[in-house]
Amino acid sequence: MKCRRCAQPAAYNMRQHKLALCGDHYIEWFRQQTARTLHKYRMFTPEERVLVAVSGGKDSLALWEVLLALGYQADGLYINLGIDGGCDYSAQSQAKSAAFAAAHPAARLIVVDIAATYGETVPEVARRRRKDNRPCAVCGLIKRHEMNRIAHTEGYDVLATGHNLDDEAAVLFGNVLHWQAGYLKRQAPVLPADGEGLARKVKPFCRFYERDTAAYTLLQEIDYIYDECPFSRGATSLRHKETLAQMEHRAPGTKLHFYVGFVKAKQEGLFCLDEDRSSDLHPCTQCGQPTTAPGLCAFCRLWARPGV
Amino acid sequence: MQVTYRDRKWEFDQTMQVRALLKALDILPENVLVVRNGQLVTEDQHLRQGDEVKIVAVVSGG
Repeated sequence: MKCRRCAQPAAYNMRQHKLALCGDHYIEWFRQQTARTLHKYRMFTPEERVLVAVSGGKDSLALWEVLLALGYQADGLYINLGIDGGCDYSAQSQAKSAAFAAAHPAARLIVVDIAATYGETVPEVARRRRKDNRPCAVCGLIKRHEMNRIAHTEGYDVLATGHNLDDEAAVLFGNVLHWQAGYLKRQAPVLPADGEGLARKVKPFCRFYERDTAAYTLLQEIDYIYDECPFSRGATSLRHKETLAQMEHRAPGTKLHFYVGFVKAKQEGLFCLDEDRSSDLHPCTQCGQPTTAPGLCAFCRLWARPGV
Repeated sequence: MQVTYRDRKWEFDQTMQVRALLKALDILPENVLVVRNGQLVTEDQHLRQGDEVKIVAVVSGG
């Protein structure tokens, strides 16, 4: 198999695009595609300050690297969740993020340590609140709140995450299986800012397969954490990914058409009824972030301990 | 050739294409990348005696 651009041996083949490229041309293509996605969905401009949520994994570090290479003002935010899982997971992933920042002089890394800031790690607060050992819902809530908080307090215009097409397609698949109309309405490459305190959120890698970002990371020799979050084992989204991978194997491009078709349908008006939720939101009485709940938001309720 | 995937290892004597190796190990090509002697390779490439082959899982998240 030869590179479509230069006829040298290909390093990577994308069956969904019928496109094989050598390492150098793949890196060039990957950056061009990122720039096209930023432009297509009007994610942000070169003048805006971008905060990249980094986990130490391949997608977020690749995103940070590409945005820096494209000349954007991109800083990183790492949230230490205090997950050990027998492999010192949070410490290892923070070390990968810090090593990346140290190797890129233009990059600033902001670190938030949840236990140091709020008194408990994510697994600890999940056990206290939910009485189980699976903290994924609590973890998502904490990360969303902290990403939004830092974006506002540090004056960033936009928050970028490394979600790839496989992540988005798996979520979409689950939401369709259960006809979660509310979630379908809110799933998009760009979630606009709202004047009441929600930062704009963008997913510049939403049209890349997970395999594409992994190939870029390998070719660019970006050192990332290979271990998965120990709490992700057996997660429903991983089962959805496996199902979609089987379909993709038989019919290349299935995942791409599934997700991109959904985004296009939304742009044409599908699932967009009653989109404006701003009237349902008001500031949390403690942190000031928007919430639909009366009084405290869900994040602040996590830390409210009777008698403490 | 020596093949590693996650924390498992295999030895193969015969020359084979990447896609044949993945099929033999029952691994979907969509879920992995294959690195031969430190270089990313496509599914049609041949793996030979003496090659060090690393299969890299790409699926993440939860």
